[in-house]
Amino acid sequence: MSPHATRRVFTSKGQTDGCSPPLSLIPMAQSIRRDSPELPDFSLLKRLARDQLIYLLEQLPGRKDLFIDADLMSPLDRIANVSTLKQHEVDKLYKVEYKPIVSTSDQLCFLIRPRLQSVKWICDVVNADKAAGKFRRYKLIFTPQKFYACENVLEEQGIFGDVTTDEWGFHLLPLDDDIISLELPEFFRDYFLDGNQRWVRTAGCVLHLLHSLYGPFSKVYGIGRCSKMAYESWREQVEEGEQKGRDGEIGSVFLFDRDVDYVTPMCSQVVYEGLVDDIFRIKCGCVEFGPEVTSSDKSLKVMLNSQDKVFNQIRNEHFSNVFGFLSQKAKNLQTAYDKRCGMDIKQIKTFVSEELKGLKQEHRLLSLHIGASESMMKKKTKQEFQELLKTEHSLLEGFDIRECITFIEEHINRQCSMIESLRLLCLLSLTENGLLSKDYKSMKAQYLQSYGVDHLPTFANLKQLGILVEQPTGETLTAMENKVGKLVNDRAAGKLTDAFSSLAKKSHFRALSRRLNLVPKSDEEYDLRVPKDMAYIFSGAYVPLSCKLIEQVLERDGWTGLEEVTRLLNGQEFAASGCSEADGKARSDTQRTILVMFLGGCTFSEISALRFLGKEKGYKFIIVTTAITNSARLIEALLDNRA
Amino acid sequence: MKGYSNGESMLTKKLVIPFIVSASFIYLIPSPPLACSTARHRPHCASPAPTAAPRSWGSLNDPSDHLNIKNALRDLKLQKMSRAKADEDDYWNSSKFTLAFTFDEEDDDYTRLKESKKAVNSISALADEDDDDDDVEKVSWSGEPVGSISWSVKETASKLRPAGDSRELGFPKISASPSLPKNNSVYSLSSLFKAKTKVGGMLSSSDSFSDTPARHYAPELRKPKCEYKDYISNWSPQETILKMQQGKVVSLERFQSLQDKMLLLDKAVDGHDGNIITAILIYLKRSLCKEVLFRELVGRETALRHYIHYLKESGEQKVLLDLFRALGRTEDEALLQYKHHLTITDENKRRDFLKTCLGLPFSPEDSLHVQDHYTLLERQIIIEENDKQVERTGQSDVFKRFPRKASILNMPLITTLYYSCFYHYSEPELAEKQYFLTALAARAKLKAWTDVDSLFTTRNWLGFTKKKSPVAFQRVLDILHKNNAPVQVLEVYVNLLEDLELKINMAHKFKCHDVIINTYRDTKDKKQLLGYQKKFDMSSAEHKKIADVLNNSVRNTHTLHIRYRHTQSLYSKAIRPGCDDVLTVTFLLSKSVGRTEVWTTS
Repeated sequence: MSPHATRRVFTSKGQTDGCSPPLSLIPMAQSIRRDSPELPDFSLLKRLARDQLIYLLEQLPGRKDLFIDADLMSPLDRIANVSTLKQHEVDKLYKVEYKPIVSTSDQLCFLIRPRLQSVKWICDVVNADKAAGKFRRYKLIFTPQKFYACENVLEEQGIFGDVTTDEWGFHLLPLDDDIISLELPEFFRDYFLDGNQRWVRTAGCVLHLLHSLYGPFSKVYGIGRCSKMAYESWREQVEEGEQKGRDGEIGSVFLFDRDVDYVTPMCSQVVYEGLVDDIFRIKCGCVEFGPEVTSSDKSLKVMLNSQDKVFNQIRNEHFSNVFGFLSQKAKNLQTAYDKRCGMDIKQIKTFVSEELKGLKQEHRLLSLHIGASESMMKKKTKQEFQELLKTEHSLLEGFDIRECITFIEEHINRQCSMIESLRLLCLLSLTENGLLSKDYKSMKAQYLQSYGVDHLPTFANLKQLGILVEQPTGETLTAMENKVGKLVNDRAAGKLTDAFSSLAKKSHFRALSRRLNLVPKSDEEYDLRVPKDMAYIFSGAYVPLSCKLIEQVLERDGWTGLEEVTRLLNGQEFAASGCSEADGKARSDTQRTILVMFLGGCTFSEISALRFLGKEKGYKFIIVTTAITNSARLIEALLDNRA
Repeated sequence: MKGYSNGESMLTKKLVIPFIVSASFIYLIPSPPLACSTARHRPHCASPAPTAAPRSWGSLNDPSDHLNIKNALRDLKLQKMSRAKADEDDYWNSSKFTLAFTFDEEDDDYTRLKESKKAVNSISALADEDDDDDDVEKVSWSGEPVGSISWSVKETASKLRPAGDSRELGFPKISASPSLPKNNSVYSLSSLFKAKTKVGGMLSSSDSFSDTPARHYAPELRKPKCEYKDYISNWSPQETILKMQQGKVVSLERFQSLQDKMLLLDKAVDGHDGNIITAILIYLKRSLCKEVLFRELVGRETALRHYIHYLKESGEQKVLLDLFRALGRTEDEALLQYKHHLTITDENKRRDFLKTCLGLPFSPEDSLHVQDHYTLLERQIIIEENDKQVERTGQSDVFKRFPRKASILNMPLITTLYYSCFYHYSEPELAEKQYFLTALAARAKLKAWTDVDSLFTTRNWLGFTKKKSPVAFQRVLDILHKNNAPVQVLEVYVNLLEDLELKINMAHKFKCHDVIINTYRDTKDKKQLLGYQKKFDMSSAEHKKIADVLNNSVRNTHTLHIRYRHTQSLYSKAIRPGCDDVLTVTFLLSKSVGRTEVWTTS
């Protein structure tokens, strides 16, 4: 099919069709290179969470109705099933809907996130029962922890003592072999927008848990204020508790604050898994494909993980490679079915018993992903995706900015997707270090006219977060600084620059991009089939800043030599190592197993980039994230146009 | 189908069916008793789609089945052969990122994808024979064998607490973060699952495991102080924070002096635990008066942000507004108040509320936006009322053909514009006049004369600009004059008057000497010119101009002639079918020749 491309042949293990696809795919989880260590078994986390839940349910003996927070349902779905709950005398299940309840049970159990709204609702339920003279027992299970503020509500509403409270330490949900999620999307807004640190200790707990089960870690690197605090919180917990001695399965840990790099999650995703997430929204490792994908009148919920053999081979691929791969796969499938033609009865029997099931499964997966690709293609064609990508690439490159602004303006004027427009504005601001004052005012006015003035508070939020801002008037300073810099010698100029930069705080995307070589020269050919660096996840236009930093720090075993970069990122970097490093060599595999924890969320594109990096450098990355995110989720978290 | 299924026996008819479990997820319906009758329906059933009843594969010998597959496979083969075309992949090999990939239906690979789809679909005969157990479409409760539940909590705990080896890992503190001294408490966090070993409040009725080391915590004030005073009263702020972090019972009542309270708060902030910081703030909120607390929060940024977040989450808007006011954060205050309109559903009340927002201390640009919001809603209410009526009575054709999908209320400006263009395009007179008069008044008030000019300027297809107005220019002049427009501005519009008498009158009124002189010149009225000349000093520019006009009457006629010809050529160009400007040109030609001055090349 492609004689020119360098081939990375699949290990044919697990290939039921018997022929390895001759495509230059990057079969990440499938073909384990000799130097990439095996992943630890994270299913233990699920088991622990489930057993703890069962224990908590048994704390309320007898039959009971269970109310579950809407956003806990999918995570719960991943670790337990209804019969588990039934066995522990859960009678009926309800979703928390902030409405009066209809349950007739005399025991109610509530499984909720520690939110004041939920607690207030429960107080209403209890007080309504009291007023009606109904006696019930109530149990509140907060996950992953309860907050004083919640108990304060119970106290204020006069039901403290009428209910029992507990914590379900369901901190971590393994979404895949190498992805673990805290399933806390609110982490992002709470910490980065509102400056609330209530999840910091949770992050510390997570580190503690992973350290206890899969540690000890040998090194911890990090960048960002929240990372620092999470590290401190974890370290305190280690000091509080006992530490067991065993060989760890995880070597280094990298903690990463989302605000270090907002550019990457603001870009359109073009790697298959990222694209599926952008278009269909993968929720808790599961996606719902509508009738347009399934070619039937039904929607299907599909798990997307390494168990899906077809998906596993295309998830990290640039979308343009996916077509070719799927066609090839279809051919192979056909050949496999064809084999059956000249068979006698006995051979057919063997065929049916040995191969057919695999073929059928592959067939179904294949038609599903073909359907999805086709549907994504249609959607993207409709919204002039090509032009959109071109604009994004220009912004990343810092090229034709006026043209980009015109494009964004038209996007707004035509009332195209409200989120998409904001995303482009943010990307413009992030890459250009803010908008010129007149541009900012005019774009904001046009935005409000197209999507409603109620977005005023949204703009305030974006400004507060620093991702959509007016350029500081200190630009004139920079111009002056450049002039002066040319006149005096380097050292003096350096001092001047420092002085000036303290006056006008800048997002330094351009400087970072130059220093870290994030934007490859556009006149070079970029073969997406044989990617040479992580830029392939953005069609070769941009190496994600987040992943580049991780690469650099791992390569240098610390931040040495990156001083200028960290200065541009406003500091807050750290590196620490544990002292017990005696058995160093023996654990070299462990040393190459690296846990990267994103505080505030990470995107599937970043995960793909890290998988690629791991493949290239012989690392195995484990991604821990507060939630899987993408541009739309980030922006939606910042909207404030609803009551 | 795994898990607990809808095959579960029905309770009683009276009971609700609180959940129906499809293969994929729990489906929860707090349904009324009536729902029983439709108990078996599964709205989002995600089970595979076996359109035909499952057939066993043993039936492969069945000739009909065999034939099916054969046909399908033959189809496939044919397709495969037809696709033996040149290797499209070269295209991708030569890709460059900006061109690498086009989301374009014509794309080769896309076509290929379509073909593969066809191919895959054509063997659907096989796909229909799904066994349940290898279903990928199903998102089943991923439960492991039920037996594993017997893995008791005690086992879990023991697994987590391996033999006594308490090797310390030497991770250092990092400089920027203040940290706490090592804690000597006997309390151990060896169990990661704290909740397992604790019961929620002291009055807890969940007593079955009271022998496990319970972590009691409760904010404060739960018991009479004297009951535990003696064993906690000597905790320092730092120790108190530490105990709270460990979830122990503490009393904050002891911190009575402002200094102690603030020390406590600062220690909480140093601990980086938002939960604790908020807990302290709740205590401070109860035990300090607003003014003092607000004052103390100035300069304590972290604590302040926690407080604001807490107030937002608990919905205490009034306190929050007071806080912003006290801090002088007027824009935040204005925005918060403005946001309140979102909770008002009645449009008239909402409009009235927005009106009260106009006086809020927004930034100058935001203030304009809010003003716009108010005016827009005001207009929308009028439009909505009118259109609802029109729609109901069926007066208008366009409403009949395209019934409105939603009300126009609270829609953005652009949507409103679209709506107006959609339903009210044919009735622009009123709107246009309204717009002109409003805009004119506003721009004139601001003495923005160029804006005024552009209001009237339209460009025709020849690239000429001309001035048009939906209201009489006489009216325009009135407005401009009232706004003290300079003579130069007024002149332009006086010139646009078509009625000569009116023109002269207005010119006299506004003292537009040039216009008067030119008009008399064009009407060849020497008598009037001479009379008019007398009004001016001999030395004035006007006097000189009139003299010039009288002396050069011959040359003047010539100029007029040229102007006339120019206009004629325009006329001939304009004569094309369907051109509006024909009328205008004709009209102009029929009027005084001086009228041509209106024409200017762009």
